Amino acid sequence: MNDRPFVINEPEAMRFQVNRVTLVDPQVLELERRRVFDVCWIYVGHESEVRAPGDFKTRIVCDRPVIFCRDSRNRARVFLNTCRHRGSIVCRESEGNAKSHTCFYHGWSYNRDGELDGVPGQDAFPPSFKKSDFGLKEPPQVASYRGFVFLNFDPNAMPLEQYLAGAKEYIDLIIDQSPSGQMEVIQGVQDYDIRANWKLLAENSFDDYHLLSVHGSWLNYLKNSGVEMKRPEKGHLLPAHGVGKVLGNGHGCTDNVNFRGRPVARWIPIYGEAAKPEIERIRAELVARLGEERASRVADTNRNLLIFPNLFLNDGSSVTIRTFYPLGPDRMRVLAWALGPKEESPTARAVRLDSFLTFYGPGGFATPDDIEVLESVQAGLSTHREVPWSEVTRGMAKEGEQLNTDEPHLRGFWIQWDKLMRGERPS
Amino acid sequence: MKTKSSSGDAPGKPSAQVTRQQVEDFLYEEAALLDAWRLDDWLTLLTDDAIYNVPSNDRPDADSKDTLFIIADDIRRIRARVTRLKDKSAHAEYPPSRTRRMISNVRIVSRSGLSLRVEANFSVHRFRRNEGIRAYVGHYRYELRVEGSKLKIAKREAIIDAMELGSMGSVSFIL
Repeated sequence: MNDRPFVINEPEAMRFQVNRVTLVDPQVLELERRRVFDVCWIYVGHESEVRAPGDFKTRIVCDRPVIFCRDSRNRARVFLNTCRHRGSIVCRESEGNAKSHTCFYHGWSYNRDGELDGVPGQDAFPPSFKKSDFGLKEPPQVASYRGFVFLNFDPNAMPLEQYLAGAKEYIDLIIDQSPSGQMEVIQGVQDYDIRANWKLLAENSFDDYHLLSVHGSWLNYLKNSGVEMKRPEKGHLLPAHGVGKVLGNGHGCTDNVNFRGRPVARWIPIYGEAAKPEIERIRAELVARLGEERASRVADTNRNLLIFPNLFLNDGSSVTIRTFYPLGPDRMRVLAWALGPKEESPTARAVRLDSFLTFYGPGGFATPDDIEVLESVQAGLSTHREVPWSEVTRGMAKEGEQLNTDEPHLRGFWIQWDKLMRGERPS
Repeated sequence: MKTKSSSGDAPGKPSAQVTRQQVEDFLYEEAALLDAWRLDDWLTLLTDDAIYNVPSNDRPDADSKDTLFIIADDIRRIRARVTRLKDKSAHAEYPPSRTRRMISNVRIVSRSGLSLRVEANFSVHRFRRNEGIRAYVGHYRYELRVEGSKLKIAKREAIIDAMELGSMGSVSFIL
């Protein structure tokens, strides 16, 4: 912890370096749990995952067990999953629908609104004991934006929409894929660990510089499948133009002209001839609803969006929600879901899921190699005392636009992280 | 094995003549090919419309058309997967893991015409340099088909028992 500075940011000197101790030190992790995760809006789940009163999912968010559910009035709620009596986990199932949740230790039960409504042998508690004082606790703040539900452990945190800043526009681009403005999480979660510091996945998830070197076998797969890929233009590494953007409060994204196919709505041979009319129909609906320009913006660009600190909405070969939490300085848990328009036809849904697996996930043609490279980085970081600095300067000397293979968005992540680690709040 | 006829529901039902021992021999042979990374030879065990699935841990019995899986390959992508795994730039498997497969509790659960459904338990250990052992435990659901004098794999699903992939990390090899 005496290894500060964590980040050297000297734009005039074209210097941007990250201290590798930030990726290995348990004390740094303890500090970031308090100063980063406990003051930022953290993703819990999507409203479509719980639909009817009593529906619930249990999750661990920032080391806290939570119940993500619908209450008796069908509002999405988040409760801390701990009994007010002695602390046991109240709901131990991963998902379901329940009228009430009963703690199995002494039998206290809570209704759909989190109120304590059953206490065996209540008469032995003193007269001052009131059940209404012992409802399930909620995080200090819970809010949602367009179906995405977040919590905040800081009661004084700024409102979610203000926090999301420039990221809102990019969430809206995803929602516009649905004719009714409703995207839904598709069942099946990819739930896996990476033996690496969580911040490495934050970098990796929107670092397009690594695409050629790490994902050559995926690019070969696209080529072998008949996907057209142009030679990169001068100054570019990739087949299509793309930029890196900083969106405020540590959020950022890549914003790329698509070359890899999109379920909404650009057909590639991998989808199969049979799916072509359906993709064209989706495209036509998009144009009719949004106009040519906006439809093209939605369908012909792909964007990897970081909502600081640990949520990615990657709208590429398919749409994935990816969130991750540190389990230790050198280990993280990743959760990933597929997101699709609610009214999607069975054909389009199947294309979406198939397209997802061409790239993403622990059995995809790309993500396993990302996992491998992050674990390789973590192994290399054991030398951090001898080799203390990582270099994050790509694009720094450019005036104006920086490419997706440059690193303004990665620097934006680190600048915000460093600011919070110095004790400042998002502002 | 002897088969009377190559047509679907011909009298004698070829799949009815397949014994569990033949199925076990076949699955052991498949496991040996995969452990030896003889992936091209493994491909010859598959039918031309073969499917290879690994469902997500929380939806082991779902359909990949409406559920996110870990792997849901048709034959084109199975072949592409093998092509990829032979490429040095498939970094997750370069250098290749060592694997050792234990197949047991082999049961023929139903037979129909040329097809038979088979279930078996697996325990697959994966070893990489300077890494802990990763253990994949679960069961296979196979659809085997009699083609001429041979058994072929029309569908293989590897269902992992763990509640989450967790410390297994990825399924970058053929499970």
